[in-house]
Amino acid sequence: MTIHKIPVLLAVLLISGWQSWQAQASEPFPSSYEALPSSKVLITGATILTGTGERLDNTDILMANGQIVALGKQLSAEGAQVVAADGRWVTPGLIDLHSHLGVYPSPGLKGHEDGNEMISPSTPGVWAEHSIWPQDPGFSRALAGGVTSLQILPGSANLFGGRGVTLKNVYANSYQAMKFPQAPQSLKMACGENPKRVYGGNKQAPMTRMGNVSGYRQAWAAAQEYQQSLDDYQASLAKGGEDAKKAKPPKRDLKMETLSAVLRGEIKVNMHCYRADEMLTILDLAAEFGYQITTFHHAVEAYKIADQLAAAGVCGALWADWWGFKAEAYDGIQENIAIVDRPVGSCAIVHSDSAEGIQRLNQEAAKAMFRGNRVGMEIPPERAIRWITSNPAKALGIEDRTGTLEPGKMADVVLWNQNPFSVYAHAEQVYIDGALVFDRSNPAIQPVSDFELGQLLQENN
Amino acid sequence: MRCIYMRFLGLVLLVLSFPALSQEMLIKDAKIYTMGAAGVLENTDIHIRGGKIIKLGKGLSIADDSLVIEAKGRVVSPGLFGGLGTVGLGEISLEASTVDQQLNLQQVRPEFFPGFAYNPASSLVAINRIEGVLYTVLSPSQSGSIIEGQGAVVLLDGKSTPANDRVLFISLGSAAMGDSGGSRAAQFMLLEQAFTEARRGGDANGHLRMLSHAGRAVLKQWGQKPVVFKLDRAADIRQALRFISKHKLNAAIAGAAEGWVVAAQLQAAGVPVLIDPLVNLPSSFDSLGARLENAALLEQAGVKVMFSAGGAHNMRKIRQGAGNAVANGMSYTAALAAITSVPAKFFGYNSGQIKTGEVANLVIWDGDPLEVTAAAYAVVINGKNTAMVSRQTLLRDRYLPRNNTMPRAYIHPGR
Repeated sequence: MTIHKIPVLLAVLLISGWQSWQAQASEPFPSSYEALPSSKVLITGATILTGTGERLDNTDILMANGQIVALGKQLSAEGAQVVAADGRWVTPGLIDLHSHLGVYPSPGLKGHEDGNEMISPSTPGVWAEHSIWPQDPGFSRALAGGVTSLQILPGSANLFGGRGVTLKNVYANSYQAMKFPQAPQSLKMACGENPKRVYGGNKQAPMTRMGNVSGYRQAWAAAQEYQQSLDDYQASLAKGGEDAKKAKPPKRDLKMETLSAVLRGEIKVNMHCYRADEMLTILDLAAEFGYQITTFHHAVEAYKIADQLAAAGVCGALWADWWGFKAEAYDGIQENIAIVDRPVGSCAIVHSDSAEGIQRLNQEAAKAMFRGNRVGMEIPPERAIRWITSNPAKALGIEDRTGTLEPGKMADVVLWNQNPFSVYAHAEQVYIDGALVFDRSNPAIQPVSDFELGQLLQENN
Repeated sequence: MRCIYMRFLGLVLLVLSFPALSQEMLIKDAKIYTMGAAGVLENTDIHIRGGKIIKLGKGLSIADDSLVIEAKGRVVSPGLFGGLGTVGLGEISLEASTVDQQLNLQQVRPEFFPGFAYNPASSLVAINRIEGVLYTVLSPSQSGSIIEGQGAVVLLDGKSTPANDRVLFISLGSAAMGDSGGSRAAQFMLLEQAFTEARRGGDANGHLRMLSHAGRAVLKQWGQKPVVFKLDRAADIRQALRFISKHKLNAAIAGAAEGWVVAAQLQAAGVPVLIDPLVNLPSSFDSLGARLENAALLEQAGVKVMFSAGGAHNMRKIRQGAGNAVANGMSYTAALAAITSVPAKFFGYNSGQIKTGEVANLVIWDGDPLEVTAAAYAVVINGKNTAMVSRQTLLRDRYLPRNNTMPRAYIHPGR
């Protein structure tokens, strides 16, 4: 914000009531993302995985004005730039539900450690977006892997870690210019060992899993109270007259603003949780306080409760094969994702939580698909692609705009050199809102972060 | 699903129920990646007796049909090398009571060998073995010392103990600066001091001694046994090559994220590398030059390349790394050699090839061994088929059935 704008803002605040101030406050740090320049592009003769569960062979896809216009045979488009796919594969842009790019960037310097506010087990008032270093080279590597949108989350040290943010994977000088427009915000929470270890190790609560649950409940109870005072205030305003004049809003509390927004269903809950029994405890906790868990993250034991997760409408964001780094990750199996995907109404997601893994979500999904098929599940690529496109879009609340290849959706598209469910597959072209932002064959269309500019100059001479 | 299972199970039972199999086996109609001069042999049979390969050829037969494994054109490769790591030394990384590879005495103890703690019954052994990983080199670490101690090759058959031949580990670069007084320059000072002390027997007054008597003996008698230097930065690799040359060490560079920058020097020195083909981020100021083409560029420069991504639980991921190396320009043969014959030769455990006279430690694959949509179909160790069962497959089989009235604790897969 430039300085001369401040008096204007102050004036606005003074003349308007608390409600409008609250409305303004609910959209601070707005997205300034603008789609990059694009032209009309027709990709012809592709093998298309739409992300809706369909596979379309030898099909064309037309993009214009940043959107997908049509999919079909023998499409013709006046003035379109034609890319002959010749059987190569096209998928929606990949979406990573769990990334720490920017908040734990490369290089891993002390000065860049911005992902965990480890001063208290309950920090729902912090926002990961305020920690993002937009020059993280990891964004470019993820783009080369076909990732067009990603959620940046705070770490898992705290019971309430803070708010997450969804980005378009474009380089910019601010995170606001990367921020996915009108994407819902999220809250990161954590189960299990991490909060216990970080705080219990210092003889501070929580030291145990029962301490974790007590910590959640105390906070949600406070959030209910805060919400009640908000509701009372609104009711008084609505009555008008003396009541409205005397009405005072509750004191602003950033922690409570986040938690009460969860209770109102405005903020999605991303819960880091490994063990099956803990996830079921958390589902009861959510029922007690009347909120919805959107996704359990990591959840190496999700396969033990796949039916319950599907019935509760909760997604599982999982790894293909990570396990064993701590006690709660000891029961990992390579069929986890396929088993979570099996029930009707399931929402299986392949996530990375890793600057390496985000570069090959397609390979991670391939491994999970293969492990399912190996035990007889018959998961075709058109189903498995949903784990890294439409399902994470759903978990982010952006499925109406991206995650599938359908007319009217954002033209977030990847052209692969072959079936992407292969170790040898490369993303050849990546489009975000119809703009070509990565081209494997053209170094001019490959972003390089400021950090990487001029490194190793001596070596290259 | 069942039929696939039953086929696997059938194979395993068939083999396990015939004791004679330890003596003899015939793998029919395989596509054999010999990793030797014979190259790839199509539609070829492998005759195994007494744990060794006695013949490769077409149309071979043995008296007892029950000892035949029909490969049906599947790929057979040597058992894979999983890289440097800690399989059998740690069950759960964050549970110190289960972890033995790390020494925290704050002394310099080249004689430290975590192999004495190796547990062949660790769940990680079978979990990696059934994915085709048959060999690893146990890797020690020490706080307070850039000389990390000794490792050794171990065969992941669930019985063997680590090999007698040892490998010395030295860590350099920023990752080891906490063990060298805060400066990477001091690392070479400390190394020189340790090697000099080992040769001369240390200070007569005993004041400036860095090593124990046993430690001095280790370094003095090291000779041509392998030494692994862990480091990433090109400039540090050049310094390490000088040290290696001066002390006439039989060394390899592990990490080597910037290895491609000094590929010519590595080639000239005849020093091989152990790299993780997935490393392409400037994760520190030691690896600003990290890139996916590292493996391909080193290969093209004539450097012997081995793959190692460290770790233990997911060591099985090494073949995905090898596949990515191929996707980024490395030859398929060199990528497969990087997890078979090259490490076998450097660490001296065998030839890492499929040839007459070699020990029959083989993997039959249900597809391309470097592909993410393929896996080991059968694992043969010392001429015996092994059960494709791990704690993870048992958990899977307990939770795969959809209908259960009793608790899952009453499902006993594998019994």
